[in-house]
Amino acid sequence: MAKYEPVLLKNVGVEGVRNLKVYRERGGYAAAEKALKNHTPAQIVEIVKESGLRGRGGAGFPAGVKWSFLPEKRQVTYLCVNADESEPGTFCNRVLMEEDPHQLLEGIIISAYATQTTTAYIYMRVEFHEQFHILQTALDEAYAAGLFGKNLFGTGYNLECFIHRGAGAYVCGEETGLIESLEGKRGWPRIKPPFPAIEGLFRRPTVVNNVETLCCVPHIIERGAAWFKSIGTEGSSGPKLYTISGPVKRPGCYEAPLGITCRDLIFGDDYGQGMIDGRKVKGCIPGGLSVGVLTESELDCKLDFDEVRKYGLLGLGTAGAIVIPQDADIREVLANVARFYSHESCGQCTQCREGTNWMYKIAMRIALGAGRIADLDLICEVTRKMGMMPGLSICGLPDGAAYPIRTIVEKFRDEFEQHIRRQEPGRVEQVLKRLNPAIYELPIIGQRGSHTYHRAG
Amino acid sequence: MAWQAVDRIHPVIDKDAPQILSDAVREKIRSFFPRYETKRAALLPALHVVQDALGHVNHQAMKEIAEVLEIPPSDVLDTMSFYTHFWDHAKGEKVVVVCRSLSCQLMGSDAVLQAAREELKIEEHGTTPDGKYSLVTEECLAACDHAPCVLVNEKMHKRVKPDQISKLLKDAKNDEITFPRSSLFDKPAKKATADPADLPRTSDVREMKES
Ligand SMILES: Cc1cc2nc3c(=O)[nH]c(=O)nc-3n(C[C@H](O)[C@H](O)[C@H](O)COP(=O)(O)O)c2cc1C
Ligand code: SF4
Ligand code: FES
Repeated sequence: MAKYEPVLLKNVGVEGVRNLKVYRERGGYAAAEKALKNHTPAQIVEIVKESGLRGRGGAGFPAGVKWSFLPEKRQVTYLCVNADESEPGTFCNRVLMEEDPHQLLEGIIISAYATQTTTAYIYMRVEFHEQFHILQTALDEAYAAGLFGKNLFGTGYNLECFIHRGAGAYVCGEETGLIESLEGKRGWPRIKPPFPAIEGLFRRPTVVNNVETLCCVPHIIERGAAWFKSIGTEGSSGPKLYTISGPVKRPGCYEAPLGITCRDLIFGDDYGQGMIDGRKVKGCIPGGLSVGVLTESELDCKLDFDEVRKYGLLGLGTAGAIVIPQDADIREVLANVARFYSHESCGQCTQCREGTNWMYKIAMRIALGAGRIADLDLICEVTRKMGMMPGLSICGLPDGAAYPIRTIVEKFRDEFEQHIRRQEPGRVEQVLKRLNPAIYELPIIGQRGSHTYHRAG
Repeated sequence: MAWQAVDRIHPVIDKDAPQILSDAVREKIRSFFPRYETKRAALLPALHVVQDALGHVNHQAMKEIAEVLEIPPSDVLDTMSFYTHFWDHAKGEKVVVVCRSLSCQLMGSDAVLQAAREELKIEEHGTTPDGKYSLVTEECLAACDHAPCVLVNEKMHKRVKPDQISKLLKDAKNDEITFPRSSLFDKPAKKATADPADLPRTSDVREMKES
């Protein structure tokens, strides 16, 4: 196979590319100029549709199609750039922003023009301190050069762009949570419909796109939709940034055409280069925490938008792989995952707020050595009774919680059962009493609780 | 947990207390207005500006922010209590954030947190008696390739080993970022303008009631 030539990361490592001058010397902003001067907005939407670019933020929704949902007649349109990257295991947006800030800004200009946006907001998580100053400096420079503001490239198109800093909440990455947060409110996702394209920020038509999605746009304009489509697999076109973390030799962010396998990502010479200290792989969470887990025997799964579903996963997610080594205690992993969602649930929907919390409590009990076999069924049952898919919640967070938790329990059930069988007798009662003394003071133990309790005891 | 109510036995605002937001801070908040359609949208930037200047955002500050933004003070509290980044009581000069999500945990963040606890002799959410450090944990900081990672104010420390914690926390420059700053947001203030020690805390209110 010919060596893959990076597209999104082509400027990484180039001296001074954060400066406008160097970026321009390398052909930067040519695509923006071309787009604004030679194309109408509708043409660009068509080109992006044609290219098959799918959103890189998690849902994988075709970007061009999303743009075409905007109502015909509109005065004000907003573009929100989702730079709230907080999915555990994901950091490709960070790399894009810190290594090549102008690429993102160019993507914003073209996408904003295509959607006839008047103001673009980059919603950036607050923990990105260095990245904020890098991007803000680049933005100031671009403003000074007339790339933002009034009359871009002499075409009469005006565009403002601001960076809005978040304040530490995962759910603000959800598009309507992000919009609420931008309006200065709690980051509570909104009930859809109306979708943001119709009624979003300040009740105006709004497009929310991920950083990486927008970074692909200049390259599509520059080299054409057919070129973009030729990379990757059928239905999943284009280059993708894969990130890998955990005990591998070379954790980091790598670019590849969509559709490399998980095994390649971990062991490939161009990517993770295998495990440190000769450790073995127990499993891998291939696309950010929310998609679910692959076992060692499933590592040949192709990482594109569709294939992962065959392995019981939610989707490609953000393609941020976390490798779980053989010596990790699977109970700890489950407890960590469950804690994340119970902490980040925004609390609007009962199923999500309570469900994630109960799953955390159950996972914690198992991790403390007080698990019951019935708990494993119980936790899987909870995962099926929450989320958008059964239609019980406002946003996708509980689906993101259900998949990793259910797949971990189901795919590693033998291991959990072994641990539970090895627990010392009497431990269950001891820990349960400590964790929830109230239950033992009630006159009647709820039917289900008493039933499962006796079975394990 | 974002959905849990905040402790509301907090100090009552003194109506005659002098203003704690300086004119410069107010001006800075106002400079965000042209960016948004509503003034309320400038709330998050305002909270950042105030927390950077005063160290934390107490009820008095919330009330004054509400004045500047022309919104009810309850809206400020409502929004602020949702976000884990904002402190409504005094925090240390530097906040040490240990990442606890999966990648970091697999790479040993538990031991790093334990080392930090021992070094600072405080628990999570605690502040050292000299007011230098606060210790918290947070979910993924999007630097998993450098796991386990620790954030000291604005500076990300990468691949931290438990035995490096002691040296790291003794270093006076452990919060300095190398990249030139944009002037939009300032570095968190070294010394809080309103002395945190003077602010009434929950226990003081109880004492006041008892006496
Ligand atoms: C709970 C939750 C958290 C999310 N967090 C992020 C995030 O941090 N970054 C992101 O780009 N998209 C995130 N998304 C996906 C967004 O809702 C949305 O699909 C995305 O920004 C659309 O951009 P795209 O079409 O370019 O992918 C999240 C979704 C959910 C349900
Ligand atoms: S599903 Fe969960 S995170 Fe999403 S809006 Fe409902 S409570 Fe909030
Ligand atoms: S898990 Fe710690 S930075 Fe991502």
